[in-house]
Formats: sequence, structure tokens, C-alpha cells
Amino acid sequence: MHELSLCENLLEQVIKIAQQHQAKTIESITLNLGPLAGVEPLLLDNAFKILKIDTVVANAQLIINTTPIIIECPHCGEQSSATNNYLVCPSCQSNDTRLISGDELILANVALYTAT
Amino acid sequence: MCNTCGCNVTPGNQSLIQNEKPKEGLTTISVLQNLLTHNNNQADHNRAHFDAEKVLVINLMSSPGSGKTALLESTIKQLKESLSIAVIEGDLETENDAQRIQAQGVPAYQITTGTACHLDAHLIHNVLHHMPLKGLDLLFIENVGNLVCPASFDLGHHRNVVLLSVTEGDDKPSKYPVMFKAADLVLITKLDLLPYLDDFSIDNAKQNVHNLANKAPTLTISAKNNLGMDEWISWLKSEIHQHQALLLNHQTQKPKVQQDGALLHAKATPHKFYPVKTHQH
Repeated sequence: MHELSLCENLLEQVIKIAQQHQAKTIESITLNLGPLAGVEPLLLDNAFKILKIDTVVANAQLIINTTPIIIECPHCGEQSSATNNYLVCPSCQSNDTRLISGDELILANVALYTAT
Repeated sequence: MCNTCGCNVTPGNQSLIQNEKPKEGLTTISVLQNLLTHNNNQADHNRAHFDAEKVLVINLMSSPGSGKTALLESTIKQLKESLSIAVIEGDLETENDAQRIQAQGVPAYQITTGTACHLDAHLIHNVLHHMPLKGLDLLFIENVGNLVCPASFDLGHHRNVVLLSVTEGDDKPSKYPVMFKAADLVLITKLDLLPYLDDFSIDNAKQNVHNLANKAPTLTISAKNNLGMDEWISWLKSEIHQHQALLLNHQTQKPKVQQDGALLHAKATPHKFYPVKTHQH
């Protein structure tokens, strides 16, 4: 539900990067988005389509990479994949696990043209 | 026709040339920055204000109608003689909740968000211009009733308390994992209604929080009938105590918010507290 304001933040960051690198146009914007980030990729993509109009990213493609949910157990050392609402270690049943991937909400990279 | 001045570009082949040309000059800039960086920086700034005045700030989150304001009324009644308390209320419309808190004799400030479904660090910072922090021990932020969006926003507070009323169903932690994973304390509220419900199991609710690898304590409570209030009050007091001890070591604490998985792979360390140098509120 807050995808529109998140997308505004994204565009701010991208436009700043474009200025720093004196970009002419931006080819693509890549995000790493985890299922536990609380953000719906489809809504984010829709927000992007609305907000990009008349900006330097107007022709850019938004690429959203969904990261896997991976947990690490400090007791048995096991790394395993997990689901949104079950993050218990499958090997030793501990709930002491640490999420090492799956809650990212990260601008990974921006591909841009600097050629004059 | 040559390959130098562009005279070989005709309307017929223009699109072909333009399609292959641009790859030259394409640079990929690696960023790896959280999309909420702007909010998170503001939150750190807010926290520095709170820490400078030694105020513990608790963010209350839940679905609408799970008893956040009733809990605050009852808590304030019990604590207002011994602690200096204030409340920031977040709602889409009306000042009803702030008025209920003010009726208890403590300062309350209402943020009406209009259509926004959550509070963010900037909204909280705006309030700080109207609300003196000096002398406060405890500040509650009652977030907009919503089990989705508020979980992603650091407000500059220290602890997240998530309420789950028995009328909502014991599977709420499984349905809203992002929210319940962010809880530093889960409060199962409206315990007085439990005898009338045959489908809410406190054990199931606890198990569902456990399944999220969240080891936060769960307390059961009825603000109306004063059940379980003692444990909640002790939790608050021990959090204030712990916060004061951290401040003495120039450290502070952050609530459980998104950790960005692999990006912040490093081991969690206590957060450094940097006193605010500039502006006054």
C-alpha cells in the first residue's frame, strides 16, 4: 500500500545518480526485493509506470529481482530456504534462525548512458 | 555516402542503426542502497533527539480496533504518578484518540495522515517541533491501525509492540509475517473476551510467532479488566532501565525493522548514539 511513496524515493535516488554520472538516458533500474520486504512487486511496477513520465527515467526498464528467503541456524550451522511464515530451522527445529536473504528492498544498480 | 558524418542514415535503416548503436557508452552503476534510506536517515535523526532527552520511545502497531488506545489509557492511569509520559497518535482522520489520552492528563499530539496508511519518520519529526521532549521518560507512538505498511518504517523509536486481539484470530502472525516478525513484544489483548470465543488459541498464536523465528515475549492482557497489566508494566519499566543503561555507554537501540538480508550480513552490534548538535525543537 505504500508502493507509490517508495517509488518516489526510488526515483529520487536514481535521478541523483543520473546527475552524478551526467547520464543522458537511463536504460534500466534493477531492484532486489525480498518476499519479506512488505512490498508488492506488481504495485511497485505500476507506481513506476506512473511516476516515470516526463523524468530522466521515462524510457528506463524496471527490473525486479525477487530474492529467495534463506535462513541460517546458529545451532546446527545449516543454511536453508524458508517460506514467508515459517522460518524455523528444518534440521534442528530451532527458531533462533537469522534471515540472511529475503527482506531486501534494495536499489541494486542503474544502467545508464553517459556517451555524448 | 560515408560512415563519418551520418549521411548514410536513411529513414529506412535509421531504426536498425539506432538500435545497435546505444550499447556504446552504457555504464552500469552498482548502488546497493535501501529504498527507505531517506526515511531511515530521518529516523536516526529523530532517535538522536529522543536519546538526547533520554526518552524511551515505543511504537504500538496493530490492526484497527485491537485496543491500542484502551491499552494506553489503562497504562497511563497506572504510570502517570511515577513516570512522565506523552503520546503521538496516528489516524487517518479525527482527533478522538488524542482527546482520550489528554483526558488522562498527559500530553498527546494527533497526526491525521489523510489517506496515508502509516506514519513515517518525517511525520514524527514534524511533531517534535510542537512537542517538548524535556523531562519525558516515555513516549508512545500509536501508529495507524494497519498490519501491513507500518512494519517497514523506522520512526526513530526504540521498540515495536504489536497487539493482537483475541477477536482477530490466532493465525494473524502467519498472515502478516512482516509485521509480527518486527515485534519486540507481542501483546494478546481483550483477554476478557476469550471465554466467548471457541476458535482462538493463545498457544497457536504464540506458535505462529515462534514460527517466524521471532523470540519476542508474548503477554496476554485485558486493559478493561486489568488482567496481565502488571507484566506489561514491568516490561515497560525494564525497557526504560535497559535504555538508560545503554545511553550511559553512548549506545542506543533500534527496533526490529528490516535488516536487508545479505546486504547487512554482518553481525548485529549495538548502535552507536550520536548526540544531536544542531537545531532545537
